[in-house]
Amino acid sequence: MRIVCPFCGERELGEFTYLGDAKPQRPPADAGEDAVYDYVYLRDNIAGVMSEHWYHGGGCRAWLKVTRNTLTHEISAVEPAAGAGSAKVGA
Amino acid sequence: MKYSIFSLARAALSGHKTWKPTWRDAAPKDRYDVVIIGGGGHGLATAWFLASEFGIRNVAVLEKGWIGSGNAGRNTTIIRSNYGLPGNTGFYELSMKLWERMEQDLNYNAMVSQRGVINLYHSDAQRDAFARRGNTMRINGIDAELLDQAALRKMMPFLNFDNARFPVQGGLLQRRGGTARHDAVVWGYAHAASELGVDIIQNCEVTSFLRDTNGKVSGVETSRGRIGAGKVGMAVAGSSSRVAAMAGLRLPIESHVLQAFVSEAIKPLLPNVMTFGAGHFYVSQSDKGGLVFGGDIDGYNSYAQRGNLPVVEDVCEGGMALIPMIGRVRLLRQWGGIMDMSMDGSPIIDKSPVDGLYLNAGWCYGGFKATPGSGFVFAHLIARDQSHKEAARFRLDRFQRGAMIDEKGQGAQPNLH
Repeated sequence: MRIVCPFCGERELGEFTYLGDAKPQRPPADAGEDAVYDYVYLRDNIAGVMSEHWYHGGGCRAWLKVTRNTLTHEISAVEPAAGAGSAKVGA
Repeated sequence: MKYSIFSLARAALSGHKTWKPTWRDAAPKDRYDVVIIGGGGHGLATAWFLASEFGIRNVAVLEKGWIGSGNAGRNTTIIRSNYGLPGNTGFYELSMKLWERMEQDLNYNAMVSQRGVINLYHSDAQRDAFARRGNTMRINGIDAELLDQAALRKMMPFLNFDNARFPVQGGLLQRRGGTARHDAVVWGYAHAASELGVDIIQNCEVTSFLRDTNGKVSGVETSRGRIGAGKVGMAVAGSSSRVAAMAGLRLPIESHVLQAFVSEAIKPLLPNVMTFGAGHFYVSQSDKGGLVFGGDIDGYNSYAQRGNLPVVEDVCEGGMALIPMIGRVRLLRQWGGIMDMSMDGSPIIDKSPVDGLYLNAGWCYGGFKATPGSGFVFAHLIARDQSHKEAARFRLDRFQRGAMIDEKGQGAQPNLH
């Protein structure tokens, strides 16, 4: 598996760290225990095309959103995760 | 048929033409009291315990491929009960005790070899942690010995004791741990279960659950037709989320790939099973002579039964760092299996929220050693609708209750367990 980082180009897998499914969204603070349980513990664990977060620790150190097939490891899209590469000094 | 020294001699003298199949390859009936999904070690062990201990013999085991074609045939054959947390300690010891009598119980040679399992430590802090775990084991009646470097040098003089990053200071030894022949475990349970009337049905993939008017599971739709069931148990680690999804359930599990390796056969070298956790490497030597080894999971969700090269490199580096002399041994085979990585690194054996459906899942990369224990407590749960006391903490709702069993203390990040 190689990942084409939108900032660095095609790099080998060893440069990246995996977080997991990009779908779970942190619930609002008043959402209640069930919503937090769902967010922290439950997963769709998709067999097929999945959107997931990877970290390019061996390169630009940006968070990436990778679309990958868990049955074949084929990667169909890589884009910066929300906010990646957009930090500004003092922002 | 019953195996003994006499049956062996008789078959040998008749040119090995009189052997009968080890177990019966059955066709599905319309209905069973219990249907177990998954013909791996856990599923077959469950069926055997249901029949032998709990008096339920109208049982079918459904396997989508051939029995033992999943993780039962892909693991590194290690058995041990060296766990430190309440819940795990007692359960794995129950399993170890069942390993010790399995071959007699099943009338089958599973080549259970209690050659010892050693976990290496490399610092004072790690030694203290291992001493604590060893003490926990001994308090619970499990054998454990803390070895210093001198003792280890006698057993394995070839280790790289003076490694600059991870000098080997000693190890925690469980002498009753060891290995078992993984395929024979599957065939042994299949043999014994089949003798008691259990139907083992291969090439039979479950495609959906049948529900009665109350929502209770009343059977399964399969690639070989509809099969009714009083109760359905699933033991499909690696695919638990996919099967559970057919019943509308989401589980605290991610599927990850773990790779394993075997080298060409060499003369006897390793006297026991050895784990080098700091270097992501563990190894034993098969009776055929190959070094059987592995390391960490690849770290990303996967249902492909193959991994990638960074982990191959990492594992082999770990091996070289610990035992430099194996550097010129050639790798023979390498493969991958799909692990049910749970959110706390411990298994789930519980009734599911769907009436009539029972869960046996989340074994992470440690399911093989649990095979007999898992079968026993799962059969107990299915037969009596009540958790066995040694599995009482493996509940599905423990994540909601904050009662995790997190042996590594990693939190809800499955790829770190």
